[in-house]
Amino acid sequence: MSCVAVIDYGMGNLHSIAKALQHASPGVQVQVTADAGSILAAERVVFPGVGAIRDCMQALVQSGLADVIKEVADSRKPLLGICLGMQALLTVSEEHADTACLDILPGKVVRFAPARSDVNGNILKIPHIGWNQVHQRPHPLWANIPQDSRFYFVHSYYAQPDEAAMIAATTEYPDAFACALAWNNIFAVQFHPEKSQSVGLQLLKNFLYWDGKIQ
Amino acid sequence: MSLAKRIIPCLDVDNGRVVKGVKFVDIRDAGDPVEIARRYDREGADEITFLDITATHDNRDTMVHVVEQVASEVFIPLTVGGGIRTLDDIRRMLNAGADKVAINSAAVFNPEFVREAAERFGSQCIVVAIDAKKASSPDEANRWEIFTHGGRKGTGIDAVAWAEKMVAYGAGEILLTSMDRDGTREGFDLLLTRAVSSAVTIPVIASGGVGNLGHLADGIINGKADAVLAASIFHFAEHTIQEAKEYMQSCGIEVRL
Repeated sequence: MSCVAVIDYGMGNLHSIAKALQHASPGVQVQVTADAGSILAAERVVFPGVGAIRDCMQALVQSGLADVIKEVADSRKPLLGICLGMQALLTVSEEHADTACLDILPGKVVRFAPARSDVNGNILKIPHIGWNQVHQRPHPLWANIPQDSRFYFVHSYYAQPDEAAMIAATTEYPDAFACALAWNNIFAVQFHPEKSQSVGLQLLKNFLYWDGKIQ
Repeated sequence: MSLAKRIIPCLDVDNGRVVKGVKFVDIRDAGDPVEIARRYDREGADEITFLDITATHDNRDTMVHVVEQVASEVFIPLTVGGGIRTLDDIRRMLNAGADKVAINSAAVFNPEFVREAAERFGSQCIVVAIDAKKASSPDEANRWEIFTHGGRKGTGIDAVAWAEKMVAYGAGEILLTSMDRDGTREGFDLLLTRAVSSAVTIPVIASGGVGNLGHLADGIINGKADAVLAASIFHFAEHTIQEAKEYMQSCGIEVRL
């Protein structure tokens, strides 16, 4: 039976992601775990996270899970980063005056510029909260998800990868930003698939069937 | 292509049942929260908010159980409010599957609680709920005062200034309820909504007074709200959420359909 490990490092709502994975594919064995051995033994790994990047990185380094995630990233095992789990994969985050991150995907995490307006002249609020459209670029994880579907976002910072080729999808707020990154066996999303109803569940299902290759 | 305005059905929960009052009294039974949450999810709700309106100790356990059940089958954001007073209350609700908690009276008694909660769990899950009532007389400039204890106790605090302060303390969103309009079905207090939404940099959810679909669109267009919350027009099946979204779209509002 297929086994997916959800990394538990004390940041965020793991109940939701575990339930959503189970719902997306009832046959899958979902393990919420902080144990390096279990994570490395799983066929797939989900790296979730909400909250502040400094606490996130501290927890990852102190628990030794930072090295485990790097090992997963270097393997061929499919790895899915979600929200703060995506941001942590980059090199550095502006949050808390330049927090060093895992440096698995070269690039930085920056804050939305304040007081930008939409086309009607209304100020765009930060955090960016709600359902926004995701403009896909070809990748197996978008299978059976209509182009420009809406996913649920809640964040004030976003990823800026050094390599444009890593961008797997963009969203506008008001400028286009990278809301999904893909590199070999790694896929990472800024939005919350576990909270994005049917399209989110489809993305999780696609991840659970993904072999980690970009066909 | 841009961010959709949200429709958030609200379930007032009393001892495991959904109820709806008029001006915070005169409670009517509207059904089983898990059942209703499922229906709203099918109809396309963008989020669901649960307000524990009595929030006694026993009731809290019931609420945790409701959230757990809903979170295991409904995959949209869930907010829980009512009686959130300690970091442990927040942790319990998040562990049960809530994505956000709404803090009301506890923020007024101790604003530092909001700061601690935002630092511990992140601003993204801290909603500050504000119950406001008009305090100015007709010949004065508009001014609203915040109330606590489900609208029973006045505080003398100005609602707009309070909202700004809560942003500085780390709130991620504001749930703004007009006590004058709640349960009346006369529409949002648009002046209040616009005053608060224009004063803060974070999203504002308008609440209190929705009686028809036009009110929802007004809250966005004239109230400048980022999301609209309503209870009774959805509970008693007068309108589905789908209908509400189609109507809002016909008014030129971007929605998730």
